[in-house]
Amino acid sequence: MSYTIDGTTGPWELVIGLEVHAQVISQSKLFSGAATAFGAEPNSQVSFVDAGFPGMLPVINRECVAQAVRTGLGLNAEINLWSRFDRKNYFYADLPQGYQISQYAHPIVGQGAVEIELADGTKKTIGITRLHLEQDAGKSLHDQHPQKSFIDLNRSGVALMEIVSEPDMRSPEEAGAYLSKLRQILRYLGTCDGNMDEGSMRADVNVSVRKAGEGYRTRCEVKNVNSVKFVMQAVEAEARRQIEVWESGGTVEQETRLFDTQRGITRSMRSKEDAHDYRYFPEPDLPPLVLEQSWVDQLKASLPELPDARRARYVAMGLTPYDAHVLTLEKETAAFFETVAKGRDAKQAANWVTGDFFAALNRLKRDITDPPVTAENLGALLDLIADSTISGKIAKDVFEIMIETGKAPGAIVEERGLKQVTDTGAIEAAVADVLAKNADKVAEYRSGKDKLFGFFVGQTMKAMGGKGNPALVNEVVRKLLG
Amino acid sequence: MRPTDYTLKGALEALAAGETTSVALTEAFLDGIARLNPRLNAYITVTAEKALEAARASDARRAAGQAGPLEGAPLAIKDLFCTAGVQTTAGSRILGGFVPPYESTVTANLLRDGAVFLGKVNLDEFAMGSSNTTSASGPVENPWSRANDPDTRLVPGGSSGGSAAAVAARLALGATATDTGGSIRQPAAFCGIAGIKPTYGRCSRFGIVAFASSLDQAGPVARTVEDCAILLKSMSGFDPRDATSADLPVPDFAAACARPVKGLRIGVPREYRLDGMAPEIEALWQQGLQWLRDQGAETVEISLPHTKYALPTYYIVAPAEASSNLARYDGVRFGLREAAKDSDLRDLYERSRAKGFGAEVRRRIMIGTYVLSAGYYDAYYLKAQKVRALIRRDFEQAWGKVDAIVTPATPSAAFGMDERQDDPVTMYLNDVFTVTANLAGLPGLAVPAGLDAQGLPLGLQVIGKPFDEEACFTVGAAIERAANFTALPGIRA
Repeated sequence: MSYTIDGTTGPWELVIGLEVHAQVISQSKLFSGAATAFGAEPNSQVSFVDAGFPGMLPVINRECVAQAVRTGLGLNAEINLWSRFDRKNYFYADLPQGYQISQYAHPIVGQGAVEIELADGTKKTIGITRLHLEQDAGKSLHDQHPQKSFIDLNRSGVALMEIVSEPDMRSPEEAGAYLSKLRQILRYLGTCDGNMDEGSMRADVNVSVRKAGEGYRTRCEVKNVNSVKFVMQAVEAEARRQIEVWESGGTVEQETRLFDTQRGITRSMRSKEDAHDYRYFPEPDLPPLVLEQSWVDQLKASLPELPDARRARYVAMGLTPYDAHVLTLEKETAAFFETVAKGRDAKQAANWVTGDFFAALNRLKRDITDPPVTAENLGALLDLIADSTISGKIAKDVFEIMIETGKAPGAIVEERGLKQVTDTGAIEAAVADVLAKNADKVAEYRSGKDKLFGFFVGQTMKAMGGKGNPALVNEVVRKLLG
Repeated sequence: MRPTDYTLKGALEALAAGETTSVALTEAFLDGIARLNPRLNAYITVTAEKALEAARASDARRAAGQAGPLEGAPLAIKDLFCTAGVQTTAGSRILGGFVPPYESTVTANLLRDGAVFLGKVNLDEFAMGSSNTTSASGPVENPWSRANDPDTRLVPGGSSGGSAAAVAARLALGATATDTGGSIRQPAAFCGIAGIKPTYGRCSRFGIVAFASSLDQAGPVARTVEDCAILLKSMSGFDPRDATSADLPVPDFAAACARPVKGLRIGVPREYRLDGMAPEIEALWQQGLQWLRDQGAETVEISLPHTKYALPTYYIVAPAEASSNLARYDGVRFGLREAAKDSDLRDLYERSRAKGFGAEVRRRIMIGTYVLSAGYYDAYYLKAQKVRALIRRDFEQAWGKVDAIVTPATPSAAFGMDERQDDPVTMYLNDVFTVTANLAGLPGLAVPAGLDAQGLPLGLQVIGKPFDEEACFTVGAAIERAANFTALPGIRA
């Protein structure tokens, strides 16, 4: 059942395409040696190239090119061995050169595809039109002074990948799933950190509506949406606006709009008539970008495992599809799980990570990158269960103590004497004591009240402070009641 | 011998022999500049103290046995090259006292080799012009004048008019220059000196204020072909900071000056014989070819069929790139800023750029913006790129038949400062013989070869294959020897 929005004239389909700007992870900028770290003092990471000083020239950063190629490979896309940079000309105070160096006519990456999965389990392939490299502009700060605007050029020249999708999405959910999947792939590849709140990833959302069976109607572009949630909201808000325009006898004009997150509506930013004439032309300061196939092959051979492959591997290791999904959403989570599971029972490791460990993260409002218990320590805890040093029940207590103290589980068990008692003599003494104190219950048991077996086991465990080996306690109780 | 009369080579030999010092040479040039620059206006900035300090340091290096290839040679630097700590104007108001914190690669190479900089020399604004009359620092006067009309002040050519005038008037041993459509070769010809625009990519463009990136090349002007060879050797070389610079070894250009032309095939393009060309230009051209035949070269008529489209192509490509390159002069980060009305950003741009750019620069920015605009791009810019490829192919085909091409350098001798100012297209015609080398990225050398009837210098141009500046030097030196050009300008130190 496909997604539609009902208007007064009946149901409308949505047509959605995304242009995602993803900041490339690299030590230095696309065309200069300046650093790229987020949150540095304003204008502290600016070279003369980034500031557009006279006589300065761009020189392409090899690592940024490699990151674009890795991303293209991760999106199953064709890599163009010949690509070219163009200048996109416009004046703005935070655009020092008066042009942005971008790839307009000949992008480095061509057509590719991303598979998304929806909540009901259906899968869908979203086409990638292209990926190109471009430099970011600086940032205008309008809130620092009553009359003046300040300019921070730290971002100026930082490498961006613009990833353009085909208009293949048909619902807010699909748009959200696509953006999430894209973010996940980039993070696995290590080509973009995907931090949308820091602006390392932002989406321009193209939306149009149509009646079933129609071709495309005019689209509008909602600029700079910076979260998956807002993308989904913006799609719906813009679609509803367009439906209203069409149904009231109007015509949707192609324009650029902004999403007002406070009011949940889109607002016009500039119409087609006001659109800039960017006067694109080939960047004469840079020769065409020519790649060797062998270099691309090397990058391909060294690509990390991507989310879909990893998920399939986890299922093959015995995890439920749900656990495999949850554990692969973030590559840090997957890495944590892999450390816990290494050389151990994968299913048990998954249970602990998705169970007690995730619960602790939620309770403590901590992040996987700042875990209250290290993966190594959690693994060591599983080892203590496996070799019967402690019971699964005691392990839960030890886990809590690990969170409180940060200590290794072995040390905790040692210090607090939590080691399981497997000495049959000690267990026999404890059971004998329990039976002696509960002679009435023993009599009832012997007269056929079988259910009391659990009572004797429980009393023994209680008397032993929970440290008795459960299997041995069971065995001894059965023997002595014999 | 008066120190200012040395050639670069002669001065380096005298320095090596201990017959003079860098301080003595520098003082002599500074003295000449003090006397003549008020009239010629060749220098925008004279860095006398810095120069003397550098000369003293140079003499000390030489005394310590650490002399570089240009040790102690006083040079002039076109004010388009960024020089650390020294104001760089590009001949424009818009840079408004800009002092670069960095050194261009070409000037850094010269300093590395021991050169002493006397100061920054005048040019057409942003190197846009063929007469050095568009500079915000005022026009430069050619040190030559007409025999029968000595009171008419002549232009030195452009855009490297200050470089050529300074060298011709003995106000420097040599000078850096740049050439986008003829800006080295035309002023060299007008001032009776030699100059070479090397192959695109031979010299780094890093730190040179850009005019048209795909055409701009740095090169030297000097009094002899060999002096140019010595300077170009130092200026050249791969620079990782310029993605268009060529990673190739730099040959010994001076050695090429001494090679015989015997057996070389010299191309004579029939399309360069223009309708209405001055008979003395044609005569000089024929004379030059005869000199080469006399020394054993063979002259071959060739065809470069797309030559007639070169000038219009150039005047689309160069302004297009310039309109984008000059967008950074916006009054925001450096240079001139005119206060905006109501703190409006657009108004800031408009006022700063209107005040900062002169008429010719504004004209070219408008032409360039127009030819790149939506709806016009295909008809102008894209078509020009296609024609440019055809012009390049014309030359590629010619290289199968010839080793170098010889043409006139300019369609006329230097003209009066008040002449040809009414119509920009007439001015643009000055570049008719030179723009093809820029469009094709080829080396082109201008060498003085004779005088016109008025006693003004005329030059010939030698165009070489890509990265074969050596052929230009060999052929240019052969013409220079035969021409025995000994005439001197009236104004000189």
